[in-house]
Amino acid sequence: MIEFSEAFGVAFSLLISLDHELAEIVMLSLSVSLVAVFIAIIVGMPLGAALAIFTFPGRKFIIVGLNSLMGLPPVVVGLVVYILLSRSGPLGVLGLLFTPTAMIIAQVILVLPIIAALTRQIVVELWSEYEEQLRSLGATPWQALPTLLWDGRYSLVTAMLAGFGRAIAEVGAVMIVGGNIDHVTRVMTTAIALEVSKGDLALALGLGGVLIFLSVGVNALAYLINKPASLNNPINKPTLFRSPIKENVR
Amino acid sequence: MKRFSPVGLLLSFSLLLLASLAQGQNYITLASTTSTQNSGLFAHILPQFTRVSGIEVRVVAVGTGQALRLARNGDADVLLVHHRPSEERFVADQHGVSRQDVMYNDFLIVGPAQDSAGIQGLRDAVAALKKVAKSSAAFVSRGDDSGTHKKELGLWQSAAVEPGADAGAWYRETGSGMGATLNTASAMNAYALVDRGTWLSFKNKGSLQVMVEGDSRLFNPYGVILVNPQKHPHIKETEGNRFIQWLVSPPGQQAIAAFQINGEALFHPNKR
Amino acid sequence: MTSQSILPLELRAVNFEVQGKRLIKDVSCTFEQNLRSIIIGPNGAGKSLFLRLCHGLLQPVSGQIIWQGGGDRDSARQQAMVFQRPVMLRRSVRANVDYALSIRSVARPEREAIIDEVLQRTGLSRFADYPAHALSYGEQQRLALARVWALKPQILFLDEPTASLDPPATHLVEQIIEAIHVAGTRIVMTTHDLGQARRIADEVLFMHRGRLLEHAPADQFFDKPKNEHARAFLGGELLWWHPKHPLHKPGSKKEICQ
Repeated sequence: MIEFSEAFGVAFSLLISLDHELAEIVMLSLSVSLVAVFIAIIVGMPLGAALAIFTFPGRKFIIVGLNSLMGLPPVVVGLVVYILLSRSGPLGVLGLLFTPTAMIIAQVILVLPIIAALTRQIVVELWSEYEEQLRSLGATPWQALPTLLWDGRYSLVTAMLAGFGRAIAEVGAVMIVGGNIDHVTRVMTTAIALEVSKGDLALALGLGGVLIFLSVGVNALAYLINKPASLNNPINKPTLFRSPIKENVR
Repeated sequence: MKRFSPVGLLLSFSLLLLASLAQGQNYITLASTTSTQNSGLFAHILPQFTRVSGIEVRVVAVGTGQALRLARNGDADVLLVHHRPSEERFVADQHGVSRQDVMYNDFLIVGPAQDSAGIQGLRDAVAALKKVAKSSAAFVSRGDDSGTHKKELGLWQSAAVEPGADAGAWYRETGSGMGATLNTASAMNAYALVDRGTWLSFKNKGSLQVMVEGDSRLFNPYGVILVNPQKHPHIKETEGNRFIQWLVSPPGQQAIAAFQINGEALFHPNKR
Repeated sequence: MTSQSILPLELRAVNFEVQGKRLIKDVSCTFEQNLRSIIIGPNGAGKSLFLRLCHGLLQPVSGQIIWQGGGDRDSARQQAMVFQRPVMLRRSVRANVDYALSIRSVARPEREAIIDEVLQRTGLSRFADYPAHALSYGEQQRLALARVWALKPQILFLDEPTASLDPPATHLVEQIIEAIHVAGTRIVMTTHDLGQARRIADEVLFMHRGRLLEHAPADQFFDKPKNEHARAFLGGELLWWHPKHPLHKPGSKKEICQ
């Protein structure tokens, strides 16, 4: 149990010294996961909202499928992406294997179902509240879709964070398609796996501490960005009531 | 709208960083083993090569079996592994171009200090394994088709012991890398076969100690192979050859010899 | 925008059911132009369903709902509805009205003036840039009225718009409804408040258990309701305020409660 105190020290000194290599790994982790989550949002949110609003044959199958894909094993995703991107695979000519792009592709596949499924859930609830009003105003489902996403924006942040959490913490897929190449595709999780395999448990645990720190940082940032939302909440009405708040005007 | 600008800022920064990484033009991909990676050898020698050649070497460290598969698929330019029969078959099958000896070290049998099988100090690895099997002392195997795993299976064969499912609970396969296997052995107080490089740099030994060393059957040679550019046109032949030539040239060989931990060399170059 | 009217609205033997349960039974009636119709009846009479059928939010299982006027082919564009609990979009008061206008494809340059006008006429100008959710309940209902007013509908359906408001807020809402009517919009509204029905109605529709039992001019209905259920309803409701009213009959109240 010596490791824990040691790991705390390691994590602390890593953060304090702003170790260059650590900074590089952290930046890559953040970049890959942010871009992956961004792409998953662009695709997944309209998809989830569409599944909530439109009814069409086979919709239930897609929903069940999407919900099950939330638990997709990263290693399987990694393997599939590897087979696709391998030089001997169908997309081999692109030469994307062992690049950050390959890691982004794998993470998008992992994160997309989470964001789409959670979005669907949020939009379904909102739609049941909004449907009559929007239809009465004359909105078509295609017009309702962006309205619901925008009005659900504060709840949707949770979906984004869930996706980001999965992306940044995932190791199996990025290890296979990224290859854990130093300075190129080494991210926090693969670095941790490497230190474990070197038997340097204290350093691995220290890196884990940094990863948690990072995760807390992103969540805190999201909370701060999201904070004006609470003013919109009827519960907080008394404090806001008739005070000149200038926010999200038009 | 204003509140989304920090996110946009972060995102554009990320894209910029990734774009700059994708720019890395002059590099080769080296498929190699966890033993060389975990020992720290690459971190020691590769910067020296990059300095003289301007070529970056991107190492994908996996088991020898998987490294061979990666190379066969054309996903690496150069292969550096340690299982001679597999390497020779690889070249014979036209997947690679001529194999060259680079360096060697040796395998060790390590085990817990209490040594319930009583093999410490033996020089005969096969006899030692027989004793381990006989006493049913816990033994942890890589079980991952790596060079070390293949070597271990060869030794069991010489000992006329058939490990595996029916061997009993004393034989455990981790199915993972050298480091992970040593972590398991350390936690279980089990015996294990390990290459000297990984062993010397490994930091979580616990009560594990060297039990058997010095047997000629524990010899562990590493070979380097250029993946056949005729099979995979995108293989960076010139850069790959430059790396191989450097590796077997005096500067490369000296760099390997100079990599030591506590005054002990982890790998011995083939040519001095 | 409005040259010709879509009215009158005619319902022919309209039936509506949910899971085999008939909730609207054989309703036929006609809404002429320029009147204020109030639909009353006990809970579960089908008043809200009736409004939604007229407005096109629900489709009847049989019967026809016909807009007889020669106006806009797309009759939905000339209608609007205010719900008992208005949905406030999570944006500013102004943006809520703007959204409705954009959905009806009113050109952006024209919207500004319309928004300013309806906010002013509903007394919400000073809250224009507030988040709609920060408004009080009464103000939210006024915003819902401003939002539909901006659309200048030919017919406006209101589903118990004052059900959860206090008297002053109710008064403001009634004033706005009156102003919308004066500006040329046909009003069809449900209520539980008989006083409100008397104040607003030109004609009254009495519904009970999914049937339209009486459709009469307001004075006639309140003076001498023809239908016995309507009489009982008026009597029963009045009894809440006048416990010793002679119209009270022991059986009538039980019926109402069903």
